[in-house]
Amino acid sequence: MLEINNLHASVVDIENSEILKGINLKVGKGEVHAIMGPNGSGKSTLANVLMGRPDYLVTDGDVTLEGESILELRPDQRAHLGMFLAFQYPAEIPGVRPWQFLKAALDSKAESRGEDKMSVRNFSKLFDEKVEAVGINPNLVKRSLNEGFSGGEKKRNEMLQLEVLQPALAILDETDSGLDVDALRIVAEGVNSMRSPERSFIVVTHYQRLLNYITPDVVHILVKGKIVKTGGADLALEVEKDGYQEYLEAAGANA
Amino acid sequence: MTLATPAAAVEKFSGAYESLVAGNSDVPEWLKAVRQQGWATFSELGLPTKRRGNELWKYTNLQPLAAADFAYSIGGSVTVDQIKAAGPWDDAWNTVVVVDGKFSAELSNLHDTVGLDAGSLAEAISSGKGDIESQLASLAGREEYAFTALSTAFIEDGAYLAIADGTELEQPIQVVFVTSDDPESRASYPRLVVDAGANTSIVLIETYLNLSESSQFSAPVAELFAGDKSTIRHYRVQIENENSFHLGTTRVRQLGDTNFTSTTFAVGASIARNDVHTLLDAPGASCTLHGLYMTSGSQQQDQEISTTHAKPGCTSNQFYKGILSGKSHAVFSGKVVVMRDAQKSDATQKDLNLLLSRGAEIDAKPSLEIYADDVVAAHGATAGHVDKDTLFYLQSRGVDEEAAKAILVRGFAEEMLNEFEPKALNDFVERITDERIPILLEESDTIGTA
Ligand SMILES: Nc1ncnc2c1ncn2[C@@H]1O[C@H](COP(=O)(O)OP(=O)(O)OP(=O)(O)O)[C@@H](O)[C@H]1O
Ligand SMILES: [Mg+2]
Repeated sequence: MLEINNLHASVVDIENSEILKGINLKVGKGEVHAIMGPNGSGKSTLANVLMGRPDYLVTDGDVTLEGESILELRPDQRAHLGMFLAFQYPAEIPGVRPWQFLKAALDSKAESRGEDKMSVRNFSKLFDEKVEAVGINPNLVKRSLNEGFSGGEKKRNEMLQLEVLQPALAILDETDSGLDVDALRIVAEGVNSMRSPERSFIVVTHYQRLLNYITPDVVHILVKGKIVKTGGADLALEVEKDGYQEYLEAAGANA
Repeated sequence: MTLATPAAAVEKFSGAYESLVAGNSDVPEWLKAVRQQGWATFSELGLPTKRRGNELWKYTNLQPLAAADFAYSIGGSVTVDQIKAAGPWDDAWNTVVVVDGKFSAELSNLHDTVGLDAGSLAEAISSGKGDIESQLASLAGREEYAFTALSTAFIEDGAYLAIADGTELEQPIQVVFVTSDDPESRASYPRLVVDAGANTSIVLIETYLNLSESSQFSAPVAELFAGDKSTIRHYRVQIENENSFHLGTTRVRQLGDTNFTSTTFAVGASIARNDVHTLLDAPGASCTLHGLYMTSGSQQQDQEISTTHAKPGCTSNQFYKGILSGKSHAVFSGKVVVMRDAQKSDATQKDLNLLLSRGAEIDAKPSLEIYADDVVAAHGATAGHVDKDTLFYLQSRGVDEEAAKAILVRGFAEEMLNEFEPKALNDFVERITDERIPILLEESDTIGTA
């Protein structure tokens, strides 16, 4: 499904700002990969580069989706291919209602694929169902997108969008951070119910607790812009117990 | 081209004024005196210029207006269908139509509503309705600003609304001031007087339309008298062609425990200025002055918004939003004066702007003059570009850049658009906004930069 080869990326317009320093990663169809790592190691940068955020410049390497390079594609084109990023810090958009915006997103996806747009009636039905599923207060989604939402409400709203858009590859950047136990369970249930042989996930998280609910197929440790260790679900438990010190020291010695 | 001197500007209008004076023998003496006073003031002031010390006109370039010539006569030919196509309309509303400054009974749609007297200003003057003699040009126009003075010199007709004490009307009253499709450049000075009695409640829509493609000049003046405990929900819609000049004045006098809420939608003209002043003249009066302005091309758009807290315990709130593109220029000049007696006043001012191009300019200057000591006041103004992080967020969900920009601009306007409650009016401002956004975005060159 997704293949990342020797990916290097820096911040546009800042010299010597390399953040990703040669990432290699393969995510197969239907797999769930967890990425863990200390603050500032480049997890969000990786997630954003995959989605095509213009703040970053890819200086080397390639990313392919189903065998085709996506690096030249705009973010909306990547979305149309089935990619989705749930943001660590979702933007607040005054005056734009989630309903309107999601309908526009679905419509443009349908258009790009030459499919028929979903009728307003069917969309409303789907939307209401998902609103209930992710446990978001229906009054909230009548308000401006994310404006005045609490941290947890923003994350639930990201889950709402994920569930409506049904992507083939979902990247969740710390969707679990700042959530109470109930919300955490909702996120986990959402992911688990969407898990299928056709859909892959990359879950960025700091905490084992999410992985108690979502059992990853593969866990990667990202330190200073490189994946320093890859393992099974057990690896997350190890990190929870021992921290990143050992990896930081190793990465420090290599740098 | 050199700047017109005050004398040259006065000369431009003096022929028309003289024939007006010569032609009208059936006008009451008091009106002749009022006109005379207006003309005297205008003759002294001339057209305002950007000259130093002229704070009120510092940011506005009136040169294109000063360089043009306008014929004067009231009335013109317009059909109801043209008005319905160009502006908001609902058959259920009482609508008064004024064409090129002249009331039209034929185009107006009036329902004989109990408690409402709506019709021609000329008729109200000649038959001496209500307090017309003491009200007309009492809030605006005898000795202050050039354009209100000029308008006062030319008072002939317009609309007059009187709402009897205790009348509560759910359906809006609309007054449409329309400029006819005339290839000749003309001047018009439509007037509106609204006398809302005690304990009244009305929705008032003031609409300015221009059916002409050529350069037209209009200096309308509206004077609103809000009686004790009255509630006025006011809307002002101004949409004209890009060759025209609109120098409007709105004056409101509020008595005790009145509530005046106004929302403006302004998108039109080459130079458009809306000068609003509310006088909180008795305890417990509150006013809310909101508005949305959009400018593109080389348009100039000024919002000159002021409130005077004359008595204690009054509240005022000014909040405007602007969307600017191309090489357009907007001014938000919000002023609140709190007089010595006006203790326990509460005043807020805010102006937020979205600049879509490098060439667009906003001069936002909220200001407070406070002479009382027990006052709560806050003011602020911002100008920003469309946020690139927000744009990326929308794009990452599959909306292309153009559509994402349109969603963001629309989102910025949304809270103001939502204030337009009557259905037909809301539909209208939404439609015009949706038509304008692609034009604004076409001239945009700053989106995506921080
Ligand atoms: N747009 C940017 N401009 C400048 N520096 C940036 C930018 N984006 C990321 N960085 C820097 O790159 C490094 C990695 O940031 P990133 O957000 O990817 O870390 P992270 O692993 O997601 O951290 P956290 O666990 O705190 O979320 C940090 O030092 C950060 O300051
Ligand atoms: Mg992060």
